[in-house]
Amino acid sequence: MTTVYINKQAVEVKEGSTIFDAAAKAGIRIPTLCHVENQIPKGACRVCMVDVEGARSMVASCTSPALEGMKITTNSKNVREARKFVVELLISEHCGECKTCVRNEDCELQQLATEMGIMEIAFPGETLKTFIDDSTAALVRDSGKCIKCRRCMTVCNEIQGVGSLFAQGRGFESKIGPAFDQHLDGVVCVQCGQCAAICPVGAITEKEHIDFVWDAIEDPKKFVVVQTAPAIRAALGECFDYEPGTLVTGKMVSALRLLGFDRVFDTNFAADLTIMEEGTELLTRLKRALVDKQQVALPQFTSCSPGWIKYAEYFYPEILDNISSCKSPQQMFGAVAKTYYAKKTGVDPKDVVVVSVMPCTAKKFECQRPEMNDSGFQDVDYVLTTRELARMIKQSGIEFRNLEDGEMDSPMGSGSGAADIFANTGGVMEAAVRTAYEIVTGRELPVENLHLQPVIGLEGVKKASLKIEGCLPAWSFLEGVELKVGVAHGLGNAKKIIEAMRAGEEFHFIEIMTCPGGCIGGGGQPRFTTNAIREKRIGAIYKEDEGKQLRKSHLNPEVIQIYEEFLKQPLSHLSHELLHTKYFDRN
Amino acid sequence: MSAQKTEITRCNCGEVQEDELYERLKIIVQSQRTIPGALIPVLQTTQNLFGYLPEKALRIISKELKKPYSEVAGVVGFYSYFSTTPKGKYTIRVCMGTACYVRGGQDVLKALQKELNIGIGGTTPNKKFSLEIGRCFGACGLAPVVMVGDQTFQRVKPTGISEILNSFE
Repeated sequence: MTTVYINKQAVEVKEGSTIFDAAAKAGIRIPTLCHVENQIPKGACRVCMVDVEGARSMVASCTSPALEGMKITTNSKNVREARKFVVELLISEHCGECKTCVRNEDCELQQLATEMGIMEIAFPGETLKTFIDDSTAALVRDSGKCIKCRRCMTVCNEIQGVGSLFAQGRGFESKIGPAFDQHLDGVVCVQCGQCAAICPVGAITEKEHIDFVWDAIEDPKKFVVVQTAPAIRAALGECFDYEPGTLVTGKMVSALRLLGFDRVFDTNFAADLTIMEEGTELLTRLKRALVDKQQVALPQFTSCSPGWIKYAEYFYPEILDNISSCKSPQQMFGAVAKTYYAKKTGVDPKDVVVVSVMPCTAKKFECQRPEMNDSGFQDVDYVLTTRELARMIKQSGIEFRNLEDGEMDSPMGSGSGAADIFANTGGVMEAAVRTAYEIVTGRELPVENLHLQPVIGLEGVKKASLKIEGCLPAWSFLEGVELKVGVAHGLGNAKKIIEAMRAGEEFHFIEIMTCPGGCIGGGGQPRFTTNAIREKRIGAIYKEDEGKQLRKSHLNPEVIQIYEEFLKQPLSHLSHELLHTKYFDRN
Repeated sequence: MSAQKTEITRCNCGEVQEDELYERLKIIVQSQRTIPGALIPVLQTTQNLFGYLPEKALRIISKELKKPYSEVAGVVGFYSYFSTTPKGKYTIRVCMGTACYVRGGQDVLKALQKELNIGIGGTTPNKKFSLEIGRCFGACGLAPVVMVGDQTFQRVKPTGISEILNSFE
């Protein structure tokens, strides 16, 4: 351990800690615009200046090691002026009109400027050139607003391992972006939006669908239905000053009705449907491998996360057959909304507009994939991120905190607890195992509170195994089989588990979620997401699950109903047509 | 700046077919792939091989060294030494370090620009000369210094430019 003195207060930290870490441990906040939790500091923004006794000049606390006996001052006139000077220099280049910026009042640079009392542009001069890249379905980049903090570069390269963004050029002319000024759609980008979630300013944002949704709601000919992903209810409250981890399911439903949607449905319904299809698919693959001795692609990978799908299409095209052919819950919902539901209610499917509220930017890309039109129309028309929904609620003058709890509509508004946990890393796996185990053995999954504990939490790669015993006669071929499952979240971890599989480690089923923490940490969630906030959202989701009577997908009465009335059984001809899809090698 | 498609069929360093250069590049990159920090030396070797850095070569380097293409491009763009456009047979580098600058390097540069009718970073239409500036060649006692290819010329005067250029075939 090392002892340093921060503002005369002794602080003990582990060797190798930085001054920034030491201050955080002592409860002292040092402002920063470039720091990314648990990543190698870049020292790019220079805002985190502190004074170290005996040092030649002030140092950036994020890149300076805390050394034994160091005397550090984080709050003095000199330090405050140095930090202010740095922020003034950043502002002098920044080409952003706060009043018309989508990040107005949600901008870390603006917040620091306010905090530091910067009331004028200290260094008027040349500002950055604005170059807008709106080439992709999900993200918009504005080079004029970029302060080159490199947070996006860190998440894209070091956490996601995608590598679409990097510092290009040098000096005033430098830009953070794809190679040789290319647009994002010309390079490898999975649209996960982790860059947009971590950008301190308005340099990378989601492509807004708000106006399209308002237009659809205004159009009397359109029947506009909305579905909300499970991760929204555990995070939307943060946009209305609730503590992270506050569930706002009922208020969210009421708000959606007030916004003018004709029906308010739940993606959870489609998540339960996914478990029926994907679980059956897994059991079918296992049967073909174990009984029919056929060549079958195993392990099976989950397919709910569109960033992961695009990542596999770029980086691991040879495992596309291993990925479940199930569409994601969002897309399953769209396909049945424009067929089953339209027919049931007598609405012409061409007039049905399906809007999704997702914690995700890649869902905007996914809904525009050309093959996602099995209903005869684009299955999902528009995707709003959690942040966009919050903006719409604010635009319409709804007092969110004063709303009464509302109920979702039927028959596509009910979801099991198993569907809720789709939002968390490990959740899809747990949901699938809850149902598959019960189908195979006729008994409930024998674990405490139905939780598959080893795959819960923020560990990057998680594994569990489960011995299947006492099978029903139809599934006797699984008797004594040790079911091995793996879970990874964040694409850098996906790579690790795929490499482990290639090195010979045995798995039957692997869940991959694109974003750290799973959907609760998605690229469309309220800013700013830290691991502490991820854990709170994860906790809220498990609470939602545990609070329900219905905690297994195959017992969802609306799911049973859709099979009886429409789809017949999992993997039926109609299911294949509407609920399953194909993937493409992007090389 | 955009990496241009390669159009040359022959390299300017000899009579070697382009395909053969790519074969050589692959061997070089594969021999370096496990060495940390190999990117810059590999880029230097590649530029020596082709005379510049063609897009196809950068893609190969990115793939073989397992570095994102954006990172390779970032390094290429950072160092003025690297070029993604084809160079002339001879690259002229005029030193703009402090000593050369105060002893008239700027005038030599202007004279070269006028004589060759190209700007900094440009190449003559006959692909004979490219013009670049450098930051101190470490020969300040010889200021102002001009390098043409790997030959160094000392105490260059604007009036002596033609003679130097004419000595290159």
